[in-house]
Amino acid sequence: MPELAFVALTVLAVTTAIFALESKEVVYGAISLAIMLLSMAGFFILLDAPFVAMFQVIVYVGAVAVLIIFTVMLVREEKWLKVESGMLQRIGVIGGLAVGVAFGLLMLNTTLGSVIASGEAASYAQIGIVMINDYGAALEVLALLLAASLIGALMLARVDGEE
Amino acid sequence: MESLLQYLMISVALFAIGVYGLVSKRNAIRLLFSVEILANAGVLNLVVFSRFLPATNVIGQVFALFGIALLAAEAAVGLALILVAYRIREDIDVLEMRELKE
Repeated sequence: MPELAFVALTVLAVTTAIFALESKEVVYGAISLAIMLLSMAGFFILLDAPFVAMFQVIVYVGAVAVLIIFTVMLVREEKWLKVESGMLQRIGVIGGLAVGVAFGLLMLNTTLGSVIASGEAASYAQIGIVMINDYGAALEVLALLLAASLIGALMLARVDGEE
Repeated sequence: MESLLQYLMISVALFAIGVYGLVSKRNAIRLLFSVEILANAGVLNLVVFSRFLPATNVIGQVFALFGIALLAAEAAVGLALILVAYRIREDIDVLEMRELKE
């Protein structure tokens, strides 16, 4: 059963990632990206990391995907339907294939294939303890950064003279 | 349970798709999609290694959580920039934006 879920999630993630970039309408691409982010949450559940999966669904599918779809609808324009230039397309395919094949061959030549999961999966309590005790300062900085980026985004998107 | 290599191959595939999109697309929103795909491949790597390495399997998840939060901030600022560019230029073609540097 986990094997079947793994194969299904793999197919879903790769096809939706490609469709997000290649769909004619950007809105469909945005929805496809949201499905791709959901399938990543599925991988996290398969990897015994339900907390990360929950976080992924809340932050990505709940907030970021909705934000993206919103923006796409705000700046929607028929002009986008024009096709990308063939030259860039070819360079992109070559570049992507080169990166993929290079990393793939690199990993096939190691002994990573024989590594099997061992030990217990981390519990929520352990994650919380490590996050607060060892990385508490990083957590504070992250909170500051989130607040700063939110204020920055609001300032950027604000329309002048409409107070 | 699948082996480490299978998960890494998925990560590589998503990374390759992201690189392809980053190079070939001219629409700023598509570029943002590409960056999200690339970054998700990285986060998947963190969780995979935290599960498969024998000793410490918590820290990878903690870093994945930090990464997801950072990516949310990045997406918010990126989308705000796209909105501003669209309002000023009525277009979000990144090749057209090159004249900004002059």
